[in-house]
Amino acid sequence: MNERAIVCKGLTKRFGDFIAVNNISFDVDQGEIFGFLGANGAGKTTAMRMLCGLSYPTSGEAAVAGYNVFKQQEAIKRNIGYMSQKFSLYESLTVKENIRFYGGVYGLSDRQLKEKGDELITQLGMENEVKKMVGSLPLGWKQKLAFSVAIIHQPRIVFLDEPTGGVDPVTRRQFWDLIYAAAEKGITIFVTTHYMDEAEYCNRISIMVDGRIDALDTPANLKQQFRATSMDEVFYALARSAKRSAD
Amino acid sequence: METVTLHNISKTYGKGATPALKDVSFSVNKGELFGLIGPDGAGKSTIFRILTTLLLADEGTATVGGLDVVKDYHRIRSSVGYMPGRFSLYQDLTIEENLTFFATLFGTTVAANYELIKDIYRQIAPFKDRRAGKLSGGMKQKLALCCALVHKPEVLFLDEPTTGVDAVSRREFWDMLQQLKQQGITIVVSTPYMDEARRCERIALIQAGSILSIDTPDAIINAYPGQLYALKAAHIPHLLNDVRGFEGVGQCYAAGEYLHMVFRSGSEEHLLAFLEGKGHKDIILKKIKPDIEDCFIRLLTTTHQ
Ligand SMILES: Nc1ncnc2c1ncn2[C@@H]1O[C@H](COP(=O)(O)OP(=O)(O)OP(=O)(O)O)[C@@H](O)[C@H]1O
Ligand SMILES: [Mg+2]
Repeated sequence: MNERAIVCKGLTKRFGDFIAVNNISFDVDQGEIFGFLGANGAGKTTAMRMLCGLSYPTSGEAAVAGYNVFKQQEAIKRNIGYMSQKFSLYESLTVKENIRFYGGVYGLSDRQLKEKGDELITQLGMENEVKKMVGSLPLGWKQKLAFSVAIIHQPRIVFLDEPTGGVDPVTRRQFWDLIYAAAEKGITIFVTTHYMDEAEYCNRISIMVDGRIDALDTPANLKQQFRATSMDEVFYALARSAKRSAD
Repeated sequence: METVTLHNISKTYGKGATPALKDVSFSVNKGELFGLIGPDGAGKSTIFRILTTLLLADEGTATVGGLDVVKDYHRIRSSVGYMPGRFSLYQDLTIEENLTFFATLFGTTVAANYELIKDIYRQIAPFKDRRAGKLSGGMKQKLALCCALVHKPEVLFLDEPTTGVDAVSRREFWDMLQQLKQQGITIVVSTPYMDEARRCERIALIQAGSILSIDTPDAIINAYPGQLYALKAAHIPHLLNDVRGFEGVGQCYAAGEYLHMVFRSGSEEHLLAFLEGKGHKDIILKKIKPDIEDCFIRLLTTTHQ
């Protein structure tokens, strides 16, 4: 458990004069469920894209699954899973075609693909949907499918950018069942959410304000530190101190 | 006075598909804040599309502000505001340009109705020269809302307007909806957030294209049968697994820091003994009042089976 899945020191991203991510430092342990919270525009997606090897930091250092975010972007992409804030599957391909496509991208053999694909479909209870276009599925199903596909190659870490945004209360809980199952298998979970009850399901969470990380601890410790009875209150206290979205 | 009415509306997309809406009827009063709540794919967006005249129903009739959605679609379009689930902003226009564009489209100006949008607009105004395509997800959502409001509509249709919006802004957003309501604007809104459902005057629960119930949030909560419990122990994921394996417990699901559960036949003593036997530490079990989320989960999971 003490092996680090993510080591991040002074990570910074500028767009022109604007500092979207401002000198953030934190570590995530292998197998941990790490919640990455923050108000709109705080810099979560921008930070996550750097950690996923999708954009270069302006400065700072970070290693993800042991690979350097400047020099080893390709190795990072192979060793992680990523579910973007926008929907990440092909809407006009069927469920099965999507699984085959992504399995192929991640270098699974035909046999592995068949096994993994069948297992995944049974786990999701989507036996009757395999031939349907992904675009025709309800949002929650798409998200559960996208998650399962993002971990089809057993990555060490999976990055989830608001995976349950817009998902109903029942399906949201099924999604978290999938997260727990993946974490049990040792996959590190790095997840953003605006649902404060979901913050409680994480081992530790960080809260970003205006590009900085202003708090980082277990949900219980944060509530104690802010003398709050719920994560909602903690978030409220921190996010209200944001300057750059106010006038 | 009824501002929005639906009579026996049915809709099926394409031959042989399962119906998206089945004989849906309800009405919304003038100045009411009315919520549409239901699981993904229940048919909420289809209702919005029919009421905003973008989609024709197969059967039934509907009116908005006394106008028929089929015959008077032109007049309806200019008197309602609509924020679709997927925003329809121009990605290569800036924040300010998008807003001005929507105002001009409806023959008004941003200045004329600035009061209406200022609480939300203020939050994105520092970036008004940034292109929509470069905004964060929640910032886009706020801009889309301003665009739907800028012509001061009589009826506002909001399809999951706060998806992707952070917890602080969601509260401010709902404060703003209360203000709009005070000005006599009728609001129909869908949301996956149950704390927001609580703030509606009435909510319609929809599942698989049919209305399950329409009532005030209080009435829905008061109708919750049986006793709900909150349960917690040192290791929540294992606790959830173990409780689900315990005969006497009916439903059990995560709810923030605690699990929520009901007994089917077992008792508190039995459950506690069982969990201690499984090695759980720091167990807390207490009776609690349900909230809307509990009611929603109960309704959906009991009708599923
Ligand atoms: N390519 C870009 N050019 C300029 N500014 C950008 C670019 N990408 C992001 N930004 C800005 O960086 C800030 C952080 O955006 P980011 O998407 O990381 O926020 P977030 O925390 O993910 O927010 P949300 O909760 O709304 O998804 C925002 O002000 C955004 O407009
Ligand atoms: Mg984001």
